[in-house]
Order: sequence, then C-alpha cells, then structure tokens
Amino acid sequence: MPYEPVLLARIDKPNSSKLEGYRADGGYATFERVLKELQPAQVIAQVKDSGLRGRGGAGFPTGLKWTFLPQNHPGPIYLCVNADESEPCTYNNRILMEKDPHQVIEGIMLSCYAIKSKCAYFYIRYEYGDGFRSMQSAVEELYAAKLLGKNILGSGFDLDIVVHRGAGAYICGEETGLIESLEGKRAWPRIKPPFPAVEGAFRKPTIVNNVETMACVTQIMKLGNAWFKSLGVPPDPKNPRDAGSYGPKLYTLAGHVEKPICVELPMGVTIRELVEKHGGGVWKGRKAKAVNPGGLSMGFVDVNAKLKDSDLTEYDIPLDFNGPGRVACLGLGTAAVTVIDDQTSMVDVLHNVCQFFSHESCGQCTPCREGTGWMLKIVDRLRRGQGRKEDLDILVDVADRIGIMPGTTICGLSDGAGWPVKTAIRKFRAEFEAAIKSGAKSQYAKSLEVVGAH
Amino acid sequence: MPTVYVNDKPVEIGTKKLNCIQAAELAGVFVPSYCWHEALTVVASCRMCLVEVGDLKDGKLAMQPRVLPGCQTPVKDGTVIVTGEYDKRDASLPALPYDPGYVKGGAPGVRAKKSQADTLEGLLINHPLDCPVCDKAGECKLQDFSFKYGRSESRMVDVKNTPANKPQLSSKITLFTDRCIMCTRCVRFTREISGTAELMVHGRGHHEEIDTFPGKPLENKLAGNVVDLCPVGALGSKDFLYKQRVWYLKESDGVCSRCSTGCSIHVDSNKDIVYRLRARTNPEAQGFFMCDEGRYGYHFANSTERFLRPVAKVDGALKPAAWNVITPQLKQAFAKAVSDNAKLVVGVLSPFLTVEEAFLFATYFKGLSADVRLAIGPVPVVGQDDKYPKDVKGNAVEPTKFVIHAEKCPNRRGVEAVLKHFQGSVISFDKVAKDSVSAMWFAGGYPDKVAVEANMGMDWKTPGLLIAQDLFASTVTAAATFILPATTSFEKDGTFVNHAGLAQTFARSVKPPTEIRTELQLAFDMLGRRGLVQAAAIRAELAKAIPFFAGLGATKLAANGVRFELPTV
Repeated sequence: MPYEPVLLARIDKPNSSKLEGYRADGGYATFERVLKELQPAQVIAQVKDSGLRGRGGAGFPTGLKWTFLPQNHPGPIYLCVNADESEPCTYNNRILMEKDPHQVIEGIMLSCYAIKSKCAYFYIRYEYGDGFRSMQSAVEELYAAKLLGKNILGSGFDLDIVVHRGAGAYICGEETGLIESLEGKRAWPRIKPPFPAVEGAFRKPTIVNNVETMACVTQIMKLGNAWFKSLGVPPDPKNPRDAGSYGPKLYTLAGHVEKPICVELPMGVTIRELVEKHGGGVWKGRKAKAVNPGGLSMGFVDVNAKLKDSDLTEYDIPLDFNGPGRVACLGLGTAAVTVIDDQTSMVDVLHNVCQFFSHESCGQCTPCREGTGWMLKIVDRLRRGQGRKEDLDILVDVADRIGIMPGTTICGLSDGAGWPVKTAIRKFRAEFEAAIKSGAKSQYAKSLEVVGAH
Repeated sequence: MPTVYVNDKPVEIGTKKLNCIQAAELAGVFVPSYCWHEALTVVASCRMCLVEVGDLKDGKLAMQPRVLPGCQTPVKDGTVIVTGEYDKRDASLPALPYDPGYVKGGAPGVRAKKSQADTLEGLLINHPLDCPVCDKAGECKLQDFSFKYGRSESRMVDVKNTPANKPQLSSKITLFTDRCIMCTRCVRFTREISGTAELMVHGRGHHEEIDTFPGKPLENKLAGNVVDLCPVGALGSKDFLYKQRVWYLKESDGVCSRCSTGCSIHVDSNKDIVYRLRARTNPEAQGFFMCDEGRYGYHFANSTERFLRPVAKVDGALKPAAWNVITPQLKQAFAKAVSDNAKLVVGVLSPFLTVEEAFLFATYFKGLSADVRLAIGPVPVVGQDDKYPKDVKGNAVEPTKFVIHAEKCPNRRGVEAVLKHFQGSVISFDKVAKDSVSAMWFAGGYPDKVAVEANMGMDWKTPGLLIAQDLFASTVTAAATFILPATTSFEKDGTFVNHAGLAQTFARSVKPPTEIRTELQLAFDMLGRRGLVQAAAIRAELAKAIPFFAGLGATKLAANGVRFELPTV
C-alpha cells in the first residue's frame, strides 16, 4: 500500500495556502483543543515522547531541546524558526512555506504555547520570495482572525510572529549565526556554551527549530504519538545513544534524476528506492555513480561500493538518522538526495562543492576560513589538469582537521565542507588519480583570473 | 583549595576565575594565542590556543576527545590541561592517569600540538610572508609562533590572495590587508573600549578584510591602540612606520607625562632617540591601553627647538655659558636675593618635575630661608576629562574603561605633597605671578609653551632675577636672566604621582643631549653636595623626610607602582 502523505497532504489543493482552506481541512482545531485541554508541560512531554528529531540537519531530539530552557524563567523566551534553507539541493521547507504555511504556523503556535514563548521569529532566507510572501500573508490572516496577538481565543495566551527576511548567507542557517543575524549583526556563529536555550536571541532563552519540525509538531499534536511512532525506524537496540528515526520525512531529489521532486515518506527509505521508484531513475538512461544522501555537506555515497558482509551496496543504505553514518557520511542532514551520474567527473563535482563552502565560510575561525579557500584552490588546479599526486593527501588532511568534531572551529560549517572532500577522495581516489595522471583539463574549467603582479 | 593540572603539574588557582590560558600561565606554561586579549571579549576564533582538556575526579581522568580553545574554556577544581608542549613538561612529576583509550588516539599533547601547527599553516596560506619588508618583523606573533610551533615548510603552492592595502584607513594608521590574520582584536577594541566602532569586517571566508565604514575613517583618541593590539604587521602606525627595525630598539619602562592618568608605557628608543611609545599593562594605573595624545606626544623630546645649553644674559644679550661657570653665579645671585629680602623670593616647581626633583629644590630653597615662598608651576588643564567608551553620539557610557584627563601634567599631586610638607600650603603660580618678586627660580620642563602660558594671565610681572629652566622658549624664558635647559621624562629617573595617588617610579630611557644636566643634578649641585646624584638615594631621603612618601622607602618597589592614601588636596 503506498504511503499516504500527511505533511504534504494539502499542497495540491486549491486555496492550500489560505486560512479558509486550512480551516476547511480542520486547521487550528488542534491548537484550540490543546489551548483548552493541555498544559504547556504536557505538550512538551508529548513531543518528547513522540521521538521527534529536528529536521534541520543535526537531528537533535526536539522535545529534549525544549526541556533545556531554564525553569520558571520570567521571560521573554523566544522561538526562532529556521527557514534559512540554504543547503544545496534542499527545498523541502520551501514547499511547506509556499503551499501550506498554516500547517507550519500552527506548529509554531503549539511550540510557543509549550515553551511559553510570546514571540516567534520566522527567519526566512532572502531568496525565498514566494515563501516570504505566503508566510507573511498567512500571519496577517491570523492577526485578522485574532488567532495571533493578545489573549488568543480568550485563553490568556499571547503570541506574536515576526517574519524576518535574511540577506542571503548559508551561515545564517547555523542556529547562533541565525540569532546574530536576527539581532542585526554579522552572522558569525557564537561560541557555546552558553547554548541558545540558556542565552540566545537578545540574550534571552531561545529555541531554534526547523520549518519541517514545526509541521511535524502540528501533526503529532493532531494525530498523536502512536501514529508518529508507527512510521520510521525504531532505535537500534545495540546503540544505547540512538534515539530512533520516527515519523514521516520530506525527501528532496535533485541532480541527475528523471524527476526531481520532493516526496514524503516514512523515515528509512533506501536511496535506491527513492531514486528508482520516486525519482524515475537516473536521467538519460545512465547509471548513478555517487549520491549525496542529505545535502552537500553530508559527503558522498559510492553507489557501486559493496557493504560489508552483504550483497548490497552503499546505494541501499536507509535514509534515517543512522544510515548515512554507516558509510562514512556525516549523517542524514536535510535528506536532500543529489544524484551524480556515471558520466560526470568527480573532480568537477568536488570543485563545485569546494566553491560553495569557500564562498559561504563566514571567515571567523582560521581553520575553516583558510582551509575552505585552500581546498578550492587545490581542486581548481586539479580541474585545470595541473594536479599533483600529493594534492589528494593534502586535501584529505585539510578536510580531516577542520570542523567542530576535531574541535578546531566554532560551528559545523567546516565539518560540512570537509566531509564531501574526504568522502569523495577516499571513495573515488582512482578517478582522481587518473585525472591527475592524464593532466586533462576539465571541460568546465576556466582559467583563473589573472591576479596582480606579486 | 581548587587545583588545576597543567601538563601534569598541579597549580592552585584559589578563587580566581581563569581560562585555560591564564591557568597555564600560573603553572609557567605559555599557551600561544592571537585573538584572545584580557581586556576584550572572547571570540575563540583564531584557534591558536587549542589545548586538550579533561576532568580529574576521584582519581579518574576523563579527557574530552577533541581539542578546545583555551581562551574560551574556564577552569575549575580538577581541570586537566594538556598543551602542545606536554613533551617539554617537568618529567619528575608523576603522570596523570590518562585513559588508555585516549592515549591510543595520540599521546597527551599530540592533538594540541598538531592542531596548533595546522592553525599556523592555515594562517600562512594567504599571508604574504614579506617579513623582510614588514615593520612588525622581530616582534610579530605570527613570526614567533610559526618559528616555535609551526611547520618548517608550507604545502601551499597556489596563488595567494592579494587584497589591496588600505592606507586611507586613518590619518595615523595604515592597513596592510594581506598580512591580516583576522583576529578581530582591532574591531573589538573600537566596539568595546573606545566605543566608536569605526572598524568592521567586510567580505566572507578567505576574502574577508578589516575595513572602515564608507566616509568614517578610524579617527578617535584611542585609535593608536589597535596597532599595539595587532599581533601581526597588518595595522601599522604611520608615525613609526619604516623608522626603525624593532630589533634595534631598546625597550624601557616609563610613565607617560602628557596627562594626570600617568599611563604606564614602554619607551622604545635607539641611540638616545625615542621612536615609539606603547602602552604597558598596569591594572593599577590605566589598564591595558594609552591615548594617542600620549602615544604620539613624545616628539617634543626629539625637537630641535629645545634649549640645549645654559644661557646667561650679559649686558642685555644672551650668551651661552658653561655649567662650571654658571653654577656659582646662580648660587651667588640667588643667595643674594634671599639675603636681601627672602619674602620677595619665589621658587616655582612645575607639575612636570618628579617628586625627587621637587624635594631637592624645595630643600634648597627653604634651606636658604624659611621665608622663601614655594609655588606650583602653571597646571595645564584642557577641556574636560574624556571618558571612554563612547556611544554613537559621542557621549560616555558606563562602565568607564579609559579616561584621558583634562589635567595635562603627570605629577601635580606629587609636587603639591612636597610643597605642603615644606610650607604647609600650596601657592598657585598665578598668585605669585602678579606679585612684585625680586627673584624667581622657575623649574619648568613643560613639553610646549602653551602649557606654560595658558595659565599665566596677562599681568605677569617680570622678577628682577629670573632663573628659568625649561625645554622650550616661552614668556617666562623671554624674561629670564638665566635660561637653563630642562630634561624630558624620558631622560631622567624619578617618580610621578598620578591623579589617583599612584606613585610610579621609572628609570631613564635615553640620555639627555650632551650639555643638559637633569633638574635633580642641578638641585644637588645648588645644595652644595658633591658628585653625581642617584635618584634612588634621594628617594630614600624623601621617604624618610616626608611621611606621605614613606611608601617609597622600600628598596625594591612594586612594578605597578605604590598607591598612596592621599589626603584630599
């Protein structure tokens, strides 16, 4: 039986982004019920029990994050919704914002009620013009319907939602970078501790959640934990630290597939199934070579590499929070799957990746600022056919040492910059070596700009 | 007692709130850093101070698997710090029980050492390595740390970024953009200490640059500090640029004489010429910084306009005179004036004199007759005390972090204390200036004539005998019978007492020009004592004679100065 979408159930309906349409589908009934029947602590408990993990990339348990807020804080407490969806090839939040903004907003309202926040900031990236307009008009509709503002539905609960437009930088999607940007500063991630839950936006306790997480909160409060837990993958009994991968997930498909789409599926679908069944296979009848399991920063999967003790290949790993990690990728990330066909050079792919991260590094920490720039320069040289054999080792060395995991940077951007480099070179080393040996210039390579005499 | 272990060495931290860098310093271990500065907020971005950190509890040692920036990591009882120099530890100390699982990933110190070397390699990726033509070479942290902690070779073979220099950054400061390592100390200084916020970071990633906002150059009275703060050769003081290679400079400790804050300074000189002043950290005096008035206010000492030898007025014309000729003449003329009518004789002691000089002169004058009046020289005051940080509109914001005092002299309180001891009260200069005076000894030392003349008023009556000792020509020296050259604070040993009653003793940084005798030596000669004067001996005498200065009697004085409980003056 095919899976019936829940988060995306309304996107094709007429009037899907309007309050009228959302109301007709039973919208805001959950919020009204929760406001009447449940205490904030009960909402937190339910979200915690549901096993919902943040959909933004790191997969941190949402309910647990909420409990990090200081108890009996006099306020204000802020909720920041991270709609700075900047990971390459990721557009699952965009669909929700453009086609079903009220589902997201209901989640925001429920979350704010749970964490006792009277003000939510919806930080949306500048490039999402349509998303911004649909969110803005949805918020305006709610103010007109008195579902936002003071004393909502006579319950004594106040809530304001501010839709804030960013100015276009990848780093604004890092939670403390987002907070700095929201405060009007340069989006340089903050050093932690203190974590935002203790001291965040405007030096007040702040929770930062992803758009899709908010939509999941709506559905959890509407359909219950039993429904949520019926989907996805339960925790690995052998790993006590695994929190499981429950619930539905929006997967986006991009790159060399026939049908680049966003599909909603229960957590744990394999890459093969996603690409072959939902994406219509690799384009032009070609074969896949590498796949990005969840946004560029997660690294690459070698489609033809056999898994240990099995006939399956890395193509068959499940896309849950643990799956990509088993094949040396960073994690599930945003679940944006990018397919690279067998006629594409990994050198070109890597160049694209390095260019992105070098461009987006905020420049605060030395290892990331200089490391991403250096990697780009090396890969650019490889692409121009002037690579040296030792360059590959240098690339892996640089990629290994930058990041929050070895402890050399403040935020995770450089982990994301290092992972694709080291997975690409480790998994496709032969191809890189052949490229270096042949000395051929990539068809996409431009010669470097002439720099001033030095 | 809370104990922290640095490279296995236990060190007690007491109740102090320290980070790993400071705790390691207590244990005698140096942790290199660029972005961290005690007076500025922590950003932990340069990643030079990476250390391995663990927690020792009940004999069990749990090390964190990743390296941490020492500047950002506070220490508490049981914190274990392993720096990159673990292999140079005191091997006689018992090793801590490092977990075998931890050691398997690298012996203690290996992770930190590698991370620091990696950071340095990163910092040099786009650094031009133009040390031979860089003014900072010799005192550059990037040079020093690369030598000590870095790799011997760079693996970077690609073209470096070459952003354009920014000489237009400020009238006094230039930016060599390519040398910058983006520690953002300068940016934080203008935001947190001066509050003027002229500097910012522009661009992203490895194309990032320090810059000013359009049309708003870095012009504030504390701006020069960013040059001191810059760990590399990026920010250069136009005043000092290309004047000297720093390894030729002799660094000595001094006290700034340009206002009553009395900032502790480093005086950098070569061949008896002062080339540069830098702030010397002294929490008792001013803290970490100094103002531009003081920083660039040393040029008077090198001025060619200075009096360089004694001059006597003979038959209305000024003629150079030798010290051995003029000293008996001075003695005789002054003694005669006193014996004629001591009440009409005045000794003027300027607030630029050291307390030792003031003491010896006062001893001399009062020794001639108790009726000789002692007055304090003109005290230059310009405007109001200037407090920092400032807000956008230029108003001072609490808490105050730096004050440039309106009183532009270093030792009013010290000289006044001497005067009080000798005659019970302080007579101001404008009072004696209006009187008919038969003889006046004016011991000046003013860095410019404005400082002398501003407070004199128009009704200055020329005394019959005027012995004027000063650096520059002024209304006073114009009327003088004898003009004696004076010395600057860089050229003498002595003690200044600042606005808050902090007495700071300093030693001579440079020799005065050949024919100049210090005021202290002159007073010594006038007293009829023989030989060369020793400021320390006079200080001991002073400490014995005047109870107020008893604190200066110690044979070894505190480096940061002695704070006196001053009676309200």
